[in-house]
Amino acid sequence: MSAISSRFNTQLFKRSGEPGAVVAPFVGLLLVVTLFAGVGNLLIPETSMFYVSTYTITLLGKYLCYAMLALAVDIVWGYCGILSLGHAAFFALGGYGMGIYLMRQIGDRGVYGNPILPDFMVFLNWEKLPWYWLGFDNFGFAMLMAVCVPGLLAFVFGWLAFRSRVTGVYLSIMTQALTYALMLAFFRNEMGFGGNNGLTDFKDILGFNLQSDLTRVTLFSITALMLSLTLILSQAIMKSRFGKVIIAVRDTESRSRFLGYRTERYKVWLFVYSAVIAAIAGALYVPQIGIINPGEFTPINSIEVVIWVAIGGRGTLIGAVLGALLVNYAKTRLTAIFPDAWLFALGALFVIVTLFLPKGLFGFFGSVKNKMMGQPKPNLTEETA
Amino acid sequence: MKITTLMKGAALAVSASIAVTTWAADTIKVGVLHSLSGTMAISETTLKDTVLMMVEEQNKKGGLLGKQLEAVVVDPASNWPLFAEKGRELLTQENVDVIFGSWTSVSRKSVLPVLEELNGLMFYPVQYEGEESSKNIFYTGAAPNQQAIPAVDYLMNDIEVERWVLAGTDYVYPRTTNKILEAYLKSKGVAEEDIMINYTPFGHSDWQSIIADIKKFGSEGKKTAVVSTINGDANVPFYKELGNQGISAEDIPVVAFSVGEEELSGFDTTPLVGHLAAWNYFQSVESSANAEFIAKWKAFAGEERVTNDPMEATYIGFELWVDAVEKAGTTDVDAVSDAIIGLSVPNLTGGTATMGKNHHLTKPVLIGEIQDDGQFEVVWETEGEVAGDAWSDFLPDSAPLIADWTAPIKCGNYNTITKTCSGQNY
Amino acid sequence: MFRHALTHKIFKTLMTLSLVFSVSLVQATSFEELSQELTIVKLSKAKAVVEQLEQTGHPLLLPLFEHMLAGDLYYRVSDGLLVSHSTVKGKLQIRALSTGELLDVTEADLEKIKVNNSLRIFLRSAIARIQLTSEDATERKAAVEALYKKMDSDTVATIASLRETETNASVRGAMDIVLAMDNAKNGSDVDARIASVTFLADSLEPAIRNLMIELADQVEEPRLAIEARVALNGIEGKIRFFNKVDTIFFGLSLGSVLLLASIGLAITFGVMGVINMAHGEMIMLGAYTTYVVQLLMPNYIDASIWVAIPAAFLVSGLMGVIIERGVIQFLHGRPLETLLATFGISLILQQLVRSVFSPLNRQVDTPSWMSGSIELNPVLFVTLNRFYIFIFALVVFALLVLILNKTSLGLHVRAVSQNRNMAKAMGIKTARVDAMTFGLGSGIAGIAGVALSQLTNVGPNLGQGYIIDSFMVVVFGGVGNLFGTLVAAFTLGIANKVLEPITGAVLASILVLIFIILFIQKRPKGLFPQKGRAAE
Repeated sequence: MSAISSRFNTQLFKRSGEPGAVVAPFVGLLLVVTLFAGVGNLLIPETSMFYVSTYTITLLGKYLCYAMLALAVDIVWGYCGILSLGHAAFFALGGYGMGIYLMRQIGDRGVYGNPILPDFMVFLNWEKLPWYWLGFDNFGFAMLMAVCVPGLLAFVFGWLAFRSRVTGVYLSIMTQALTYALMLAFFRNEMGFGGNNGLTDFKDILGFNLQSDLTRVTLFSITALMLSLTLILSQAIMKSRFGKVIIAVRDTESRSRFLGYRTERYKVWLFVYSAVIAAIAGALYVPQIGIINPGEFTPINSIEVVIWVAIGGRGTLIGAVLGALLVNYAKTRLTAIFPDAWLFALGALFVIVTLFLPKGLFGFFGSVKNKMMGQPKPNLTEETA
Repeated sequence: MKITTLMKGAALAVSASIAVTTWAADTIKVGVLHSLSGTMAISETTLKDTVLMMVEEQNKKGGLLGKQLEAVVVDPASNWPLFAEKGRELLTQENVDVIFGSWTSVSRKSVLPVLEELNGLMFYPVQYEGEESSKNIFYTGAAPNQQAIPAVDYLMNDIEVERWVLAGTDYVYPRTTNKILEAYLKSKGVAEEDIMINYTPFGHSDWQSIIADIKKFGSEGKKTAVVSTINGDANVPFYKELGNQGISAEDIPVVAFSVGEEELSGFDTTPLVGHLAAWNYFQSVESSANAEFIAKWKAFAGEERVTNDPMEATYIGFELWVDAVEKAGTTDVDAVSDAIIGLSVPNLTGGTATMGKNHHLTKPVLIGEIQDDGQFEVVWETEGEVAGDAWSDFLPDSAPLIADWTAPIKCGNYNTITKTCSGQNY
Repeated sequence: MFRHALTHKIFKTLMTLSLVFSVSLVQATSFEELSQELTIVKLSKAKAVVEQLEQTGHPLLLPLFEHMLAGDLYYRVSDGLLVSHSTVKGKLQIRALSTGELLDVTEADLEKIKVNNSLRIFLRSAIARIQLTSEDATERKAAVEALYKKMDSDTVATIASLRETETNASVRGAMDIVLAMDNAKNGSDVDARIASVTFLADSLEPAIRNLMIELADQVEEPRLAIEARVALNGIEGKIRFFNKVDTIFFGLSLGSVLLLASIGLAITFGVMGVINMAHGEMIMLGAYTTYVVQLLMPNYIDASIWVAIPAAFLVSGLMGVIIERGVIQFLHGRPLETLLATFGISLILQQLVRSVFSPLNRQVDTPSWMSGSIELNPVLFVTLNRFYIFIFALVVFALLVLILNKTSLGLHVRAVSQNRNMAKAMGIKTARVDAMTFGLGSGIAGIAGVALSQLTNVGPNLGQGYIIDSFMVVVFGGVGNLFGTLVAAFTLGIANKVLEPITGAVLASILVLIFIILFIQKRPKGLFPQKGRAAE
């Protein structure tokens, strides 16, 4: 097993240069595109060829939320070797936090006109609001919860798992079990989160109508901004001393431990940070999409996120973001054109990327660029176990 | 490189939206919003094919308003948020004039805000829990009073059932239906301990304990029946276990609301003969309209294919829409919505389907017994059609509500006590 | 189809006319007339006709009722001749009911005599009444038992008189129960009634239990009520015990399903270290193979399973070898990457069956020897399909252990999994062993598919439902340890079934998942960790 795990480490986590060397230009580009899209939607008449439709805005908003989620996975997987197959759980929990707030905002505008209870509680004869719904009518509190609950879950789970040195495959499967258990739980109507239907038919956020173009563009812009901020922050973290230890843990955890680092603490905090990013992405996702339901917890969703990261290139920050954007864009286009062939294409993509592009597209283009520029190929297999 | 990809992506998305708007108007576009992949594909692909067949038929008849119909099919992939996204795509990118789509309640709830925002028009063809009436949706499947309550009446009066097992998948349709049934049964004097309610997750496959419980519950002397709102995939293992544990329809009949011909084509029905289903249509109903429809369907989709209730609902919805467009002389959503109320078309069982003010249809209720060839034999039916009731009279908060989309009320959830219409902003 | 319906309608109208005519003159009373009436009467009025028919006591009643109950009684549209429909060796045989002669007519000439539940209930008890005087003792006993639930004074009187002449002891026993039940309920002498109650106290028949409840609740005869209460307590105690036995059986059955589903994974994941997300699809391929085998041999469903097992092993095993050679061998030592690649493969395979077989579920028939259940006593049943699957799971497990421990392939597999380089140095063709191991694991998943096709849907999503559970079982048991997998599968199965009545199905599975998550924190290597490997 030791032979396997050492090869596993060297093969799987080849370093791809400095973390996120191109973060700054990418953030600049992202903000420019956001500006153009916003102006294109709000100020330019529909007949002009520069008009950006609301459909495009919602689509881009969704992509950016997914990109944030991919970034969260990349932070733990690419930089610390923790392959989480349960990040969709944090995403969905963040989404539910926002969803509950939005449900409370409906107030007495539900079909039954009940000022307190959401519609689904009214017709299923709930007497009163369950205690865990209280306080969510306050935006600040709701957002705090949307971030803290997934963060706390990540902390507890990570603390238990990393302290007892559950690693590798076991950890991946445990994270999958976690999101699966949450999915089953949220499907239960007794949980008070709307069961399979989830939460939907939102009206407004902080008093702004969710269906107006201005609100949509604002939400989209906030998402772009949040993505930029997390990119910059993550890059800073990875360049810091903390980041260096994290990378050391990834490469050989036992060596770092022998050097005196409490590796499990580093891992827990990184895991919590990553979960919080996922939760923020989820909270931004819900008002733009208009529904949150337990389907978001399905283990398949989490695996898909990992695939985005793998395709973009892990351990690069930008790669994860690009992977998410690319795959989701392809999905939108291809499902419309060839609904049947799409799954074949997606499946083949997974196989091809893992076989031929172990560093993802970002790493692939990086090394091509290096070659073209005549730079020596960085020695990727310097480590031994 | 990555930059250009992204730019290209954005550019493509934008250009796609422009391309579509320029050459619409030559055809009337019919959007189809049914999942073609994922878990719901099993049921929904059939409905997509039904719409395609109806479009083809209509075009053979010379189209509509002198134009050809054009079906636009998208795949929301059994992913509920995608229903909203694809709905928006159909309405704003493809500019469809009408949508036929959705199966599950959650997919309808997901697309509903988009339909209301963009003033689209959708026909929803599946039996559901009620408690909804949107300005932009026409519900051509059964409301609970057109399926569940008559079925219970039949069991109570004709089979003299005294104990009830309400078994369902844990989601909103069974929950609501069972709430309604529970209230209804109690109003008929059934005692609390004679009602057993059980919920199972989606795709539940191990039914041993639950069936054993049902058997125990049913062996206590009183005639017992199971009212099943078990969904889709879970039914095959449920019925298999039922057959294997030796529960015959004579001992404990099971009446199902979600099991039709299509579902039965997945297994051998010999051990299930005599169990019941309540629908508004069965393939076995003898009428000339039905014979014609079945023949067309087999020619279109294949000899071995069967027809079922949601297909009939799709058929009725399509015919009603065509008539309404002809009556209004336009495909404009508001005009069609006004024109369609009160319109009648023949249904496939020899009666007529009339669109009510509450956007629900009148439907006959049929109870069928499963036969060994996977078909149903009608053993009971209502006299004439029953009007669909959007808001159940058996739920306390829903009882005072009515839906009426004609002037002066023009509201989907009008409270007859407070005389108000909550939550609508048109 | 249409013309046929038309002629049928005309015939029906004519017959109805003539019937109206005849009914108004003379009430039909002969067996011939009444049985003819079955072809035209409305379903809702058919019961009256059948009741009259029973009164005729005609010798053809039994075959008529039995065919009617089985739903294979038809009539010829042209002349209303009653015929029976049966399938012998895959060929349809149509015989005239009255003479038993084989007729040369096709199905299109026939129309079915419709039956509904209330008719079936009546037919069943009518058949029981007729069979009370049957030649065959087991039929007589079954007839008496069938009447437990439907006792009226006439039946009781008939049974009492038949009791006098009955020679078979077990039939007499059954008759005694009927008479005792009648006496306990309707008898005039309190002591005799109490004696009957005591006599019945050993039986677990639901009808008797309900009788005891009734007697215990009545107030006219307090002594009888007390006796009935005592008997009832005894009966309920036994029922509770057998229910516990039932729960254990359910748990073992669920465990055997989990074992079958995860045992292949225990090899690919546990022994080879490959996270095969396409494992579920290997199960699915096995199930589809069963479907195809049954398509190819439609007349031999009973034997089809025996063909399907090796076929499924080959199909899934071959697919496993292809996957290993095509993809996994390039990812050695990168277990997390095999996860991604095999996930892609699982998507492709799902879509493949969707394209080939359509997204609809496929019908897989259960062989007759696997249908139904063995009745151990009136409250304890063992369903045959689950019983055989339980045995089958153990057999597969034993075979696998044998292969791994007693064959050279097994030796090589273990050698390669323990130290690849060393094994290579010893001249073992590791590449070949890898392919064979993966093929073996996948092939066993295919066999699991055959078993699952008897329990659940055969559709493109079949495998998805089992993949997470399978991983849980393997991880809980301890990766690389087959016995761990066995213990884990049955532990989880029984835990699930013990929890289910208390918490409901959903909460039970959630609790089991949480338990595993916590357990793994405590013992990261599962129940039975592999020893002797280098620690991390």
